[in-house]
Amino acid sequence: MMTSTLDSRKLFNLNWKRILFWGGICALSQVFICLVGLPSELNRRILIESTLSLGYLFILWIPLVFGYIVSKMVELEGIENPKPGASDLLAGALTGLLGSLGLVLVMLGIENIDMRDPLINWNPKLFRLLTFENSITFGSLVWISVGVVLGTVGSSLHQISGQMRKMFSYSIFGLFTFAVLEDVIDDLSEGFRLEWLSDLIYAKKGGMTVTSTIVLAVLLALLPLITRGKLKATVTRYRSDVTPGAQRRNSVMLFSIIAVLVIVLPWFLGGIINELLANVGLFLLLALGLNIVVGLAGLLDLGYVAFFAVGGYTTAVFTSPNSPWFSPETHFGISLLVVVVMAILAGLLIGAPVIRMRGDYLAIVTLGFGEIIRLLFLSDWLKPYLGGSQGITNIPPIDLGPWEVRGADPRSVFYMVLAFCVLAIYVSWRLQGSRLGRAWMAIREDESVAEVMGINTVNSKLMAFVVGAVLASFSGAVLAAKVGSVFPKSFEILVSIIILVVVIVGGMGSITGVMVGSLVLIGILGGPRQPGLLQEFQNYKLLIYGALLVFMMLKRPEGLVPTARRTRELHQEEYLQDAWLGDEETEESKEVEEKL
Amino acid sequence: MSEIVKKRSKSRVSGVDRFLTVVRVVMASLIVLGVVAFIAQQVWPGNPFADWRNPDARGLSGDQFKGLVVSGLSQGAMYGLIALGYSMVYGVLGFINFAHGEVFMVGTMSGWITSEKLNDAGLWESNFILSLFLIIFVAITTSTVTAIITERIAYRPLRSSPRLIPLITSIGVSFFIQNAVLGLFGPASKGYPRLPEWLSKQRSIFTVEIAGTKILVMVVAALSMAGLWYLVERTQTGRAMRAVAEDKEIASLMGINVNRTIVITFGVGGAMAGVGGILWGLLFRSVTHMTGFLPGIKAFTAAVVGGIGNMGGAMAGGVFLGSAESIAPMVILEPLGVPGVSQLKDAVAFTVLVLVLLFKPAGLFGEKLSQEDRA
Repeated sequence: MMTSTLDSRKLFNLNWKRILFWGGICALSQVFICLVGLPSELNRRILIESTLSLGYLFILWIPLVFGYIVSKMVELEGIENPKPGASDLLAGALTGLLGSLGLVLVMLGIENIDMRDPLINWNPKLFRLLTFENSITFGSLVWISVGVVLGTVGSSLHQISGQMRKMFSYSIFGLFTFAVLEDVIDDLSEGFRLEWLSDLIYAKKGGMTVTSTIVLAVLLALLPLITRGKLKATVTRYRSDVTPGAQRRNSVMLFSIIAVLVIVLPWFLGGIINELLANVGLFLLLALGLNIVVGLAGLLDLGYVAFFAVGGYTTAVFTSPNSPWFSPETHFGISLLVVVVMAILAGLLIGAPVIRMRGDYLAIVTLGFGEIIRLLFLSDWLKPYLGGSQGITNIPPIDLGPWEVRGADPRSVFYMVLAFCVLAIYVSWRLQGSRLGRAWMAIREDESVAEVMGINTVNSKLMAFVVGAVLASFSGAVLAAKVGSVFPKSFEILVSIIILVVVIVGGMGSITGVMVGSLVLIGILGGPRQPGLLQEFQNYKLLIYGALLVFMMLKRPEGLVPTARRTRELHQEEYLQDAWLGDEETEESKEVEEKL
Repeated sequence: MSEIVKKRSKSRVSGVDRFLTVVRVVMASLIVLGVVAFIAQQVWPGNPFADWRNPDARGLSGDQFKGLVVSGLSQGAMYGLIALGYSMVYGVLGFINFAHGEVFMVGTMSGWITSEKLNDAGLWESNFILSLFLIIFVAITTSTVTAIITERIAYRPLRSSPRLIPLITSIGVSFFIQNAVLGLFGPASKGYPRLPEWLSKQRSIFTVEIAGTKILVMVVAALSMAGLWYLVERTQTGRAMRAVAEDKEIASLMGINVNRTIVITFGVGGAMAGVGGILWGLLFRSVTHMTGFLPGIKAFTAAVVGGIGNMGGAMAGGVFLGSAESIAPMVILEPLGVPGVSQLKDAVAFTVLVLVLLFKPAGLFGEKLSQEDRA
């Protein structure tokens, strides 16, 4: 082993090319974000009272991240990196500076050149925002100093100890969570009659107060010092306790805690948050279905919204008195049976032609089917039956004896959706380990091999389509009853894509992952038409979903909460390489031992 | 091993196969029935068969029919130009570049910006030919740069991953570009400036009434296709592209710079999409951030119809799809008694995709793929 330590680098011994490259990209990203209109639009959302809005935050994170990237060193095995020194901090600062110069150029540009014709955000609003309603000189000075400081902070993250870095990230992410969850915490504290708590943290006009921000930052930073990995140790202890009884006890305990929380909490939450939870549930149901099709069986179904539409329209036709052609006005329960039958039929009809196709053709053809179904619902041809673009209105609420599930009472909708979600989770969980589930995973990994192993690939794939279709149609049925009407507009291709993002960000094939994915994405950013906690994102949701999809595929294709199997599949090469390196090492050490 | 698999699955006639046979027969007979009804109507509108199918249908006059064919062809030429990009990328890398429709949209958008500026400066009216060259140049540049940047950031790191991963990535790229353009230029529909009178007026060629713009579209499409054919079949670069499409590893052993060739492939595909974008702008004279979505999917359909990886096929597939979606609603659906057929144009395009994959999965002219992608 090489033991000589290299000297830390000198202050001006900089890699200028690298700095210019990343600084340029930093500037470009900041200018892009400004011109897309994110800061101006998101400026309404205050995070910290009179200090920071979401709009500014969207510019500020960039120099931090690029400062971090620019001073990151390539780690090579066997070669010791030079110790990071002052030069790295300087590199970070310069990157931040270059980024801020981009903003200065935008300010100068807005004042001197009129480019408002194509660029709608090239306007005084952005100018006022960038100059803090002051002069350009003032704005430039502020941005440059902020950029330099943030770039330096970003690059210094490599130099501080792991503990410090942990404290830093705890306090930053914790503060961000508190700021984003403002509505939820407000609502909760009201429900528990603890209004003083939210008054303490948040200012009257929205956003956290400066004092509470500082106090919380310090508290959050101290959190890792207090817990000191105790949490992790507890988790590993529970995990390592593999005696069947203990494991069962633990999972039952965990399950009951979650169940109690989910059942009790809605009573302490207001209408808006309950509505939000109901939406999250609807999309979770869809995502669980898509997770079976995409995550387990590996069939990229881009027309998944078709089944959602089938569920919605079937419910509408069978329960609404306004259905133009056939209107039995049955109870929701009976229509649900029809929905299941229709979904199975739709799954078979759409599944059968595509099942023999190559994976990517399947994706486009299912996308085509999704569009065909929407266009048919929209067309004059089926208008006498399904109402065309006016859709079917006046769908009655779900009558459950003593209770009634209707859109005006989001809590009831939430419980209804919850029941379906529990069913879906149970079904997916049982299917995962079943013969069918294992067949799906085998097909996902290698279809020819799976077939040779005696798996009936055609039937298994069709089953995946059918199960996915049924789950999606449940979601559609509940949506129809919740909203009280169905329109072709609610079933655009976008829905399929957003559910796909949820499944992929959460982790393909992982039930927990899908739950986390829908809670985070639908809860915070919102669904295709439903607002999330950050309602200001409404117009930029798809931009962020798109970027997120690319980012996840590049950096973490297995998702946030991956399953072990999927991770191994996606990083097969690395595993093989590791195994190969490992073998070589052991062989070498054996040789050495023999020689000795 | 794959042969064994094929034999086994052939020996087992499953329910799915029977079902698909039924679907094939039903679809084929519907098409035949529609065409027969159409002909019956044309020949003698009062005959009992035509009456029974759709008494309201008036049939088409000769001029109307020619008009449908011409607009189908000109739109198909554009689909063909976009389809080339899908086909070439699929041939070389083996994945569907879902974002290619957006590359096309970026071309149309940049053409709009330039034409707007030229119109303000007065050049659009005083020297239209020069302006046309300018906007085509700008559109080609923007589209090519977009395609190349996308490849560099989003696809290159994923070259060795399973096929579906880059496809999913490209869906993300597609939505990102769409919404970035929405954020930058706003949601309003943008109109190209008026075309000069001598170009847009109706002309009569061989008894066919045709707008000058459509002639321009077809001529430019044909020229671009010829240029592309020359590039691919007659130059060193083209030979490198074909070699990389056949086998990347061996091509690199033969001294071909694979990365560079792939970038060129993306670039050429982007340039074709840029030309298509300008033609779209001239023909429909309006563009929004969603302009690329449907034409993109349809162009992919065209590439599949013609046989993916097959460049002549892509162009022919585009023309076929364009005419099919323009003619089929009136010729097959209306005689069958379907009201409001013009709304079903897009549905027809997707049905063509399904039908081609059901009847002839390798496309009408055969696909050209490397050994590994065929699996």
